[in-house]
Amino acid sequence: MMLIPCPHCGPRAQAEFVYERTMDSIVSLDSEQSDAMERLFSRTNPRGPDDELWRHSFGCRAWMVVRRHRVTHEIESVRAVGPEALP
Amino acid sequence: MTSPLRPRSGAALNFTFDGKQMQACEGDTLAAALLANGIRLVGRSFKYHRPRGIMTAGVEEPNALVTIGEGGRAEPNTRATDVFVYEGLVARSQNRWPSLNLDLGAVFGLLSKALPAGFYYKTFFGPAKLWLVYEWFIRRAAGLGNAPREADPDRYSQRSAFCDVLVVGGGPSGLQAAVDGVDGVDAGKRVILVEQDAELGGSLLRDDHDLGPDWIGSMAARIRGAGGTILTRTTASGYWEHDLVTLVERIAEPGQVPTHGTAQRLWHVRAGKVILATGCIERPIAFSHNDRPGVMLSQAARTYVRRFGVLPGKRVVIATNNDDAYATAQTLSDAGAIIVAILDARSSLSPVASEAQGRFTVHTEAAPKAANGSKARLKSVTASVSGIEVSFDADLLAVSGGFTPVTHLHMQAGGKLDFSDEAQAFVAADCRQNVETVGSAANPPPALPLKVYGDPKTSFVDFQNDVTIADIDLAWAEGYRSVEHLKRYTTLGMATDQGKTSNMTALARLAERRNITIPDAGLTTFRPPYTPVTMGALAGRDHRDAGAHVRRVPLWDEHKAANAIWQPAGYWMRPRAFPRNSEDLAASARREAQTVRRAVGMTDVSTLAKFEVSGPDAARFLEMICATSVAKLAIGRGRYTFMLRDDGLAFDDGTVWRLEENRFLLTSSTGGADRMATHISYVRQVLHPELRVSAVNVQEHYAGIAIAGPLAKAALWAMIGTEPPRHMSLARATVTGVPVLLLGASYSGERAFEIYVEATQSGPVWTDCAAAVAERGGCTYGLEAMEILRIEKGHVVVGGELDGRLSPHDLGLAGMLNKAGGYVGEAGLSRPALSSPGRLQLVGLESLDGPIPEGAMLTKERISAAHGHVTAAAYRVMSGDPIALALLADGRSRMGEELYASSPTRNQFVRVRVTAPHFYDHAGERYRD
Repeated sequence: MMLIPCPHCGPRAQAEFVYERTMDSIVSLDSEQSDAMERLFSRTNPRGPDDELWRHSFGCRAWMVVRRHRVTHEIESVRAVGPEALP
Repeated sequence: MTSPLRPRSGAALNFTFDGKQMQACEGDTLAAALLANGIRLVGRSFKYHRPRGIMTAGVEEPNALVTIGEGGRAEPNTRATDVFVYEGLVARSQNRWPSLNLDLGAVFGLLSKALPAGFYYKTFFGPAKLWLVYEWFIRRAAGLGNAPREADPDRYSQRSAFCDVLVVGGGPSGLQAAVDGVDGVDAGKRVILVEQDAELGGSLLRDDHDLGPDWIGSMAARIRGAGGTILTRTTASGYWEHDLVTLVERIAEPGQVPTHGTAQRLWHVRAGKVILATGCIERPIAFSHNDRPGVMLSQAARTYVRRFGVLPGKRVVIATNNDDAYATAQTLSDAGAIIVAILDARSSLSPVASEAQGRFTVHTEAAPKAANGSKARLKSVTASVSGIEVSFDADLLAVSGGFTPVTHLHMQAGGKLDFSDEAQAFVAADCRQNVETVGSAANPPPALPLKVYGDPKTSFVDFQNDVTIADIDLAWAEGYRSVEHLKRYTTLGMATDQGKTSNMTALARLAERRNITIPDAGLTTFRPPYTPVTMGALAGRDHRDAGAHVRRVPLWDEHKAANAIWQPAGYWMRPRAFPRNSEDLAASARREAQTVRRAVGMTDVSTLAKFEVSGPDAARFLEMICATSVAKLAIGRGRYTFMLRDDGLAFDDGTVWRLEENRFLLTSSTGGADRMATHISYVRQVLHPELRVSAVNVQEHYAGIAIAGPLAKAALWAMIGTEPPRHMSLARATVTGVPVLLLGASYSGERAFEIYVEATQSGPVWTDCAAAVAERGGCTYGLEAMEILRIEKGHVVVGGELDGRLSPHDLGLAGMLNKAGGYVGEAGLSRPALSSPGRLQLVGLESLDGPIPEGAMLTKERISAAHGHVTAAAYRVMSGDPIALALLADGRSRMGEELYASSPTRNQFVRVRVTAPHFYDHAGERYRD
């Protein structure tokens, strides 16, 4: 079980989090059909670090982007998303 | 010389083995106690039912598996070497019938030629009918102990912990590492030390050392004194990501009634660093009948003498390829045994061997070829000494084939291994996690390569799964080259001991066959757990009612008083029906549904998902969530809506209500409530964080009561004293002084309302409503009646018709889509395939001959290709005629077609006619005033 550093709560066990999707599979509401299909069905699945959307569902319930190595599970960075994280 | 045989002075404990009363000393393992009672034959093997005894003194024991305890506490396949005797322990041998001594299953040993490696797979090649015969035999003959049939009465707990240093192994290296952490070179660390044995000391309990008699105790005192934690009888069973290690702490022994209620505790320890002082496992040697009781690992023989005061044999032959076994010769000799011979596989005498030669007969280039004797006794050892066959009379053959470091946790952590030629073993190398291996696990003693000296057919490699050298050779001959294939084909290393004693012998043989080195042959993956873990420890307290928590609706007490039949719905328990007198479920549901059609009924809809969406961008936000238009909705009005996933398929539906200009109430399905909450948060937080909107989950804030039927309006009017809202309009009112929100919404096809009230105040409102309903000849109704009513009216339900595979076009809802777009799923829905011909479409079915089987296929003949399926079956509420909703390919253009609702598994074939998916009030007149 990984230890995920929540940007709001600090390091917490993976069991408190829910994995949502990779960032490259997010379909924006104004995307073209071809782009949406590419994002939904032709994802890159890299053997290495990737940006993933997680939610601290059983903690602060905030969403975050976790940059995680898909082989070693090493977490390079975590950043908050949501209204509070807007510039 | 004085005998070092420990006096057996511990308190006497009574236990039974196969019903026979025996005595043990406190501190004995069951294996030690059995040996002390003269028991050599302990179990029968997995496949050939060969007699087996005690081979080791640790958790790696492959042979001496027993069932411990009785009833729900019985624990099968427990290693006799890994259970400490307590007063009243009950142990039974396994895999024998009628008795351990006379086992009819042993006939399989005679058939061993017919049961070679892969025989199980080979049975698949024969005629299918023969497989049924094989299966009967295989299921009866194979296996170990039986799982208990009763529920486990014990309690298991779980605990999380953090530390700077976790030390695994309480031998000399582990104790030193822990002391270094608390008050030594790395002082000040939070340290946890775990030891799977009941006693600390590891090899010190068995070997000569110059650390002094009090060393173990003083080290333990230093660790505890500095705030460190020592857990004995605790196994580090798994190493997971980011240095999380799971520990299984045995508070009670297997089968023992726990003194303080808790039998075992599962720890999740997040460690800054993990030090593995896990030691080595001694390897057996392959020769004929090397599985015979009386053949024992050398260090185990020493352990029984030194630690338990039990001499496992009086005439001893020792076979070795290393120096360690000479300590066994000395220990056993000191304890009074005769060392008949030491067979050393090495070609010349090592310094240790030379030194021993004066006291013992040492043969070089010598190895055992066969262990001879009966099922419970070793009688002699046939050996090859410099190529000449020699026989020795002996009742114990102590063997040492070298030492395999326990690298399991290191590998589970993702660590790599190096091969040590000197030790002929894999040792820990780099790891991406913070783990370090110390002690003999890092530096195993030297040993010669493993050779086979006997008949391959009876030279066992994996004792627990009955895999011989010949099986490995056969797998090789049949083309299995990879070690992974070898493992699956022969089942080598796949038993409960996970190949702890067998792995290296097998690899050496495979490498020899392929003419490659052992590291080139590779190693199979070690996976958790290191030793078997009781299911109860994994479940902890999450069982029975705590396994899935019951969410009670606010009106639980009212429903209970009304004799409700409960039904799980999502995480909730909801009333399924309210039977009266002797009614069964079906009769009750039919009466309730008919009452709704004729007069009025009321039901609890509290569990519906509810979200309050407010803010200047509320309408814009809802038009992202909902695929229908929302912005044009007038204040005080509501409308049906549905939601799509990114791929354009419908996943939920509900209603949306405009409470104020910038405030809305969105309802959706009970079962999809959590999913919808996540979806709303995702769109809000991730896709459009800039919106000025708040979306609050108010599912549990409000209780909901639906009141439906031709007399619903009159009943509600009487309750609130003013005219109730029109269909799809809302109003606010009070009932018995409690403020309520009234929605004119119908799911039954009748004029109907939903009354929302703050949950804690719902009781009086329900009671008042029940009185108004009863006064008009009405009743309460449950989910079953609701289902019949909605099927007749043709309303879809999430999880039924909305099965996650249908587009709005398939559901006949395309006309409601928001023309302006901008909703989730718009791009996905624009794929031409989602509106192309041939897709399943929602239809109704009328039966031509009897009830329609739910879930049945729709076919042209009784047995032919499926054109769709029945999603929900019921009957017309008033007449009882069977009807159903279904999904049918191109269904909307097939009205009037006759098909079969075909369910071959239930042998039901019903003629049906395709209709529109509405059976009641097509014009929708009953909704309105």
